[in-house]
Amino acid sequence: MNKTQQILFDEPGPRAQRRIRIATVLGAVGLAGALAAAVYQFASHGELAADRWEPFTTWPIWRYLLNGLWATLRAAAATAVLSAALGLILALGRLSTHRPLRWLAGAYVEIFRTVPTLLLIYVTLFALPQYGLNFPLFWKLVVPLVVSNSAAFAEIFRSGILALDRGQTEAGLAVGLRRGQVMALVVLPQALLQLAPSLVSQLVGLLKDTSLGFVVSYTELLYSGQVLASYTHLLIQTFLVVALIYLVVNASLSKFARVLQARNGRFGGRRGRRTAELPPPLLEGNTPR
Amino acid sequence: MEALTAHLSQLGHGLVTTVELTVVTTVGAMLLGIVVATLRIAPVPLLRAIGTAYVEVFQNLPLLALLVLFVFALPTIGITFPLFTSAAIVIAVYEGAYLAEAIRAGINTVGVGQAEAARAIGLTFGQSLRHVILPQGLRAVIQPIGNICIALLMNTSLAAAVGVVELTQAANNVNLVEAQPIAVFTGAGLAYMLLALIIGQVTGLLERRLAIVR
Repeated sequence: MNKTQQILFDEPGPRAQRRIRIATVLGAVGLAGALAAAVYQFASHGELAADRWEPFTTWPIWRYLLNGLWATLRAAAATAVLSAALGLILALGRLSTHRPLRWLAGAYVEIFRTVPTLLLIYVTLFALPQYGLNFPLFWKLVVPLVVSNSAAFAEIFRSGILALDRGQTEAGLAVGLRRGQVMALVVLPQALLQLAPSLVSQLVGLLKDTSLGFVVSYTELLYSGQVLASYTHLLIQTFLVVALIYLVVNASLSKFARVLQARNGRFGGRRGRRTAELPPPLLEGNTPR
Repeated sequence: MEALTAHLSQLGHGLVTTVELTVVTTVGAMLLGIVVATLRIAPVPLLRAIGTAYVEVFQNLPLLALLVLFVFALPTIGITFPLFTSAAIVIAVYEGAYLAEAIRAGINTVGVGQAEAARAIGLTFGQSLRHVILPQGLRAVIQPIGNICIALLMNTSLAAAVGVVELTQAANNVNLVEAQPIAVFTGAGLAYMLLALIIGQVTGLLERRLAIVR
């Protein structure tokens, strides 16, 4: 029981326990009802038949979907690297001491934070080719995603940098570092560590955005599902499997973000090393009394 | 410019559809968010698990995958809605997960003493939630809720990908006729920015009126 859950109720007494039991039963009945309705809908339209699901036990189908997942991950990785780099530059621009730079970066972030990614995709699909900018398919997806995600990354970086104690910057300046050095050596390393969970969460959002490949017909996971479904006519089965794959990948990433959060941004061996340096625990009999 | 003025009614229809979709889904998502946030703090473990599962599933699935599943695949098991309704349901369900998390964060800011006081004067779970916890909790997260509403506005454009002719799709259609991409898409982009600005202003106003300064 953590604080969140305790806020609205005390340790249940006998009466409250009875009510909890009743609510549990009602909830379970509701769940079972919803499940039964779903099964009925599937069964009455013949979508539960074994041959409608069997293809998903075969390797070629999975190979096709996993290829789609691989394309999704590639697009997500390219988007992540580029938009994190651009976002960092934009954040530094917004915090710069030069007014024009600050203004430019601010305008970029404010504009692309409030324009839908799909609109940007339509621009790269239908507008830019007219001006001789015809990207390959992969970049038709990645470029608009980078444009909109870099604005989001910029805001994350900026908030992290601003959240850091001002004394850090002041101390850096006081020991004679230049502004750029203070940022690179003092502020950023600490801010990035604090931001690690938010950055990983943003990765989840970015990975979800790559499903827009559906619109540009880049065969990432969702579009692969579409191709597969139009080929096999197993619409609902295919899209449920695709959804499941997305869920597994993204839930793992979200879980990773929560672990990072709990560990204050540190992952890997640091904790282990620290415990290794501790003296061995005292044995029972040796404890000083 | 002419490309825009010649198709003003078409773009206007798109804009109206976007606004309608945004308003309907905001209301739906808000209600769902409150229900799910309540489930997540309920004394019943099963209900808490349902709330957690809801948030986990809908925060980790791409909205477009949900839209495609709902609009193209559900008809094969006999579940069909009009296109606009389908898009509204899916977006509301999806954004409901985000709003639930924001509302839960707000509930967490309410002092434990408030809840204890509410119980001490004999309010039930529902009463203390309705009269004590939610009014304070919601006021603490007006700004995050406003940000989610702006994200929701931008996400309504995804309805275009399953065939709803809202602003993005209308702009695209006009561009296919006029071949004036810069004017058309800039116009649409400005309209989105204006809508986001309005949401931001309303949020700021609500924040000033309602937020409790501690």
